[in-house]
Amino acid sequence: MTDQVLRVENLKIALPEGADRDFAVNDVSFDLHAGEILCIVGESGSGKSMSANAAMGLLPELVRPVGGRILFDGNDLLTLSEDEMMDLRGRKIAMIFQEPMSALNPLMRVEDQIAEVFEAHGLLTRKERKERAVTLLTEVGIPDPEKAMRAYPFQLSGGQRQRVMIAMALALEPQILIADEPTTALDVTTQAQILQLIRNLQEQRGMAVMFITHDFGVVAEIADRVAVMQYGKIVEAGTADEVLDNPQHAYTQKLIAAIPKLAAEASEVAEPGTPILDVAGLNKTYRTGGGMFGAQARVVHAVNNVSLTLAEGETLGIVGESGSGKSSVGRCLVRLMQPDSGTVKLAGQDMAHLSGGALREARKSIQMIFQDPYASLNPRAKVGRIIAEGPMAHGVSKREAYARAVELLELVDLDALSIDRYPHEFSGGQRQRIGIARALALEPRVIIADEAVSALDVSIQAQVLDLLADLKKRLNLALVFITHDLRVAAQICDRIAVMQKGEIVETGPAHAIFDNPQNAYTRTLIEAIPGREKELAAAG
Amino acid sequence: MLRFILMRLGKAAIILIAILTLNFFLIHAAPGDPAAVMAGEAGAADAKFIAQLREQFGLDKPLLVQLGIYLKGVIQLDLGYSYRQQMPVADLIFQRLPATLLLTVSAFIISLFLGTLAGVLASARVGKWSDTLISSLALLFYATPLFWAALMAVLLFSVYLNWLPGFGYETVGANYTGFARALDIGKHLILPAATLGLFFMAVYMRMTRASMLEVSQLDFVKTARAKGLKPSIIQRRHIFRNAMLPVVTLAGLQAGQLVGGAVLTETVFAWPGIGRLMFEALAQRDYNLLLGVFFVSAAMVLLFNLVTDILYRVVDPRIRVA
Amino acid sequence: MADFWKRFSRNRGAVIGVAILVVVLVVAILAPLLLPQSPWRMVQRPFLPPFSMDQYPLGTDALGRDVLSGLAYGAQVSLLVGLVSTLAALLIGIPMGALAGYFGGWVDDALMRFTEFFQTVPSFALAIVLVAIFQPSIYSIIAAIAIVSWPPVARLVRGEVLSLRSREYVEAAILSGQSNLTIILRQVLPNTISPIIVLASLMVATAILLESALSFMGLGDPNMMSWGYMIGAARTVIRQAWWLSFFPGVAILLTVLALNLIGEGLNDALNPRLARRGK
Repeated sequence: MTDQVLRVENLKIALPEGADRDFAVNDVSFDLHAGEILCIVGESGSGKSMSANAAMGLLPELVRPVGGRILFDGNDLLTLSEDEMMDLRGRKIAMIFQEPMSALNPLMRVEDQIAEVFEAHGLLTRKERKERAVTLLTEVGIPDPEKAMRAYPFQLSGGQRQRVMIAMALALEPQILIADEPTTALDVTTQAQILQLIRNLQEQRGMAVMFITHDFGVVAEIADRVAVMQYGKIVEAGTADEVLDNPQHAYTQKLIAAIPKLAAEASEVAEPGTPILDVAGLNKTYRTGGGMFGAQARVVHAVNNVSLTLAEGETLGIVGESGSGKSSVGRCLVRLMQPDSGTVKLAGQDMAHLSGGALREARKSIQMIFQDPYASLNPRAKVGRIIAEGPMAHGVSKREAYARAVELLELVDLDALSIDRYPHEFSGGQRQRIGIARALALEPRVIIADEAVSALDVSIQAQVLDLLADLKKRLNLALVFITHDLRVAAQICDRIAVMQKGEIVETGPAHAIFDNPQNAYTRTLIEAIPGREKELAAAG
Repeated sequence: MLRFILMRLGKAAIILIAILTLNFFLIHAAPGDPAAVMAGEAGAADAKFIAQLREQFGLDKPLLVQLGIYLKGVIQLDLGYSYRQQMPVADLIFQRLPATLLLTVSAFIISLFLGTLAGVLASARVGKWSDTLISSLALLFYATPLFWAALMAVLLFSVYLNWLPGFGYETVGANYTGFARALDIGKHLILPAATLGLFFMAVYMRMTRASMLEVSQLDFVKTARAKGLKPSIIQRRHIFRNAMLPVVTLAGLQAGQLVGGAVLTETVFAWPGIGRLMFEALAQRDYNLLLGVFFVSAAMVLLFNLVTDILYRVVDPRIRVA
Repeated sequence: MADFWKRFSRNRGAVIGVAILVVVLVVAILAPLLLPQSPWRMVQRPFLPPFSMDQYPLGTDALGRDVLSGLAYGAQVSLLVGLVSTLAALLIGIPMGALAGYFGGWVDDALMRFTEFFQTVPSFALAIVLVAIFQPSIYSIIAAIAIVSWPPVARLVRGEVLSLRSREYVEAAILSGQSNLTIILRQVLPNTISPIIVLASLMVATAILLESALSFMGLGDPNMMSWGYMIGAARTVIRQAWWLSFFPGVAILLTVLALNLIGEGLNDALNPRLARRGK
């Protein structure tokens, strides 16, 4: 732990004029030692990526370091010339990014993108580069590396692309690997594999890894040491155990407390309740491609014979990875998507076969909360109109609808004056509250929440989850909660249905699913939750 | 690829039939009874001759039957008869087509090459004076009426400076052969091709510049920098190739404008192509010829589109493989 | 709104564009007051060179008509044709694009095939054919220009609507029971207005170019003096009288340039996020 490879001293990075604060990074110091993984953790806008980008000399335009030093190999990286930095990049310090799709050139074959790393530093012959590329791809665990070499990025899965990125980064055996949220865009099982891969490679090579993340679960999984950032400052740093088990700073404590706990409590009273929603034999297939001239069409079974029930006052979680069909189920329930077959009985009435006025009337009882707080509100409508529009479309007078909108805003803890403001004046969490108020305006009995907290920072997420739980109780709502995040599901759901490839593979009470999963896929999914082992160990 | 080309040809055939149908109805919408017009064009307007013409061309049959006859004729490369020029329309057009192809293809290549080159240069020096200069010139060319640019070019380079010939396809009466003739045609080609290309050069330059700047913000460019690659390689291999995709699409979309522009250029330079033919047809109110030229120019646009589509597929593996 | 002007006026070119356009507009409106003589009337000897007589600063043409007066009255035609044909093209293109994008499926297929057809046909050639067949007049010119220039509008609106259609707030509006018409008019179209305004300003420029090219080919309204006609008439005498084609060309160039500059300024001001990336 003595030989630090990178030392950041009093780093100050200025943001362009007109940004919400003057410095992205303000007086930050830390060391990175050989053979360790240092996690820099913080919420969005905390400046956590900036010091890493500064070390690579890859800061965004208009953002520039104005003070401090970044020492590497006896040099201050901030004072090196562009040519000297070019020599270091890829060779001594390498980097991987969040979006493996956009981080690879879509028009170049994988082999050429890997070979380029050697070419950039004038190493090896053409043939040797190819050979090394195959070795690297094997090393990062890509099945059939020879084939992958010839592939274009769009032909690989997200996890494979990230493995290619890692192969490129490791090609010249750098001393430092900077990983900027490398698993955020990946599914939970893929994330677990990539984290394992990074850990293994780091140990084999004795590299230093600077790992940037917003996810404390990932931190628990991978970090040796942790630095917590808020508003451009490091508020707390220490070993992973110190910070996670015994956080000192109030902000760290708040963040860690906000993480949904994995252990689902057994519902106090297991009253069965009257069923409100009864879904049977739901199917939806997509055809992609095809057309007038008959190119071959691919059939995707997005929803495959799905059956569910939901009781009044109950929260049912539908969990699954991307492409599992969980969102399609939600959209079929409200008929934003037309199911091919099956019934959706809402209080005895079959939603799946209604149309026109009857469908509009039935939809009053089943409303939806959406994922993206920025796309879910019309940017050109005032908040009052956004909430009142639904009741008005059903014949409520304008005066009455607006009066109700005010009540709803107060119900979701927003100021009544908000009705005269536009969506862009609100933060992400506040916007999500507006979305909830809109869903409640038609006095529904069932609410579908599609990834409703996934786009929010963890502390905001906790507040919105609390609000939902509270509203559900007060208004006796039934909730279908669609999420990829098992922690969130564990916290809020009474029962959980696990989906894979369009099918429900397991359903049961939340605590049973977590404590004693029956299906192999469910087990994989749960084991892949970052930070789970640590949490179990702590729970004893 | 073959399957793709066949599909596109099928689609092109449908569009051509639609254009022919449009043409057919336009002839009927033209002022005057077609037979009377034809008779007028033939120089004899007595009632008997008109009736005879009407029967000869099946104008007494129902409209849809006439349409069928017309379409069948076109398939046999019969685009009707020009009474003014006393020749079948198809013959007139095929005589003039090579000159137009030479002009449009040269203008297309010049403008695409110089336009993207200027766009790349401007994007590499974004915000500097050379970018400002290139961008301002492009803005100016973009706003210049093509026919006026052509006239001014004649005035400057032909009338005042006497550097280049101001009209025609080759020197009349010189009877050059072989290389000398090619050189002579080349000299005549410079001004028309340059003025026709001017506008499109501006279009491609602006698109290339914007596209280069946009692509340079993408994540994979950051990856390339993180590898330690030289900026020149990043520019060429990563940014340029990706930035060219929208430019190629645009080039295809502009083909129609290019052919339309050729009408103006040929008119000013007395270039003996189908554009000039169109002008002559207009002056003589020769509707058969006018619509024939319109049809052939649409076919040329379809050909340009096909070429750019193929080019796009060669550049972008996502479309090629999928 | 104040914010909009601030962003717009930050683009120096756009401000210059507005200035030029205002001058052209004023000249067009005041032409009958400033130059009450008909531009068709012979006022002096033919081929009077420019700057030789104060009363006719830009000289006279082959028939002794005042060039300056022709320019002033030509401004009327250019602006009129540019504006009206663009409006007509928007009236065709916006509903087409909105319906295609919103309803998708076969509606989209049918409308887009139709649009594609008009986009493939060489637009200038089609405009020539239309004006020639239906006889040159201000109405046929405006109609022909509108017919060849609506496809980009339809495609733009369709693209925007298509992306907005799947936006969550539109889905929320569907769930809240609003009718399709309400959703298109209140939720979707208002959010497409910025790119439409930008496109429209560029379309006016293109329409002016098209009108001048048609008049140049001899397809102008025979009763209206226009810039393209002036250049077309001067084409054969270019060796004797350069000014006859030079000044009207400059007038077209400046007007079109002004509109393009304004279009860019609007783009910067209405899509600030995109603009920053491009600069």
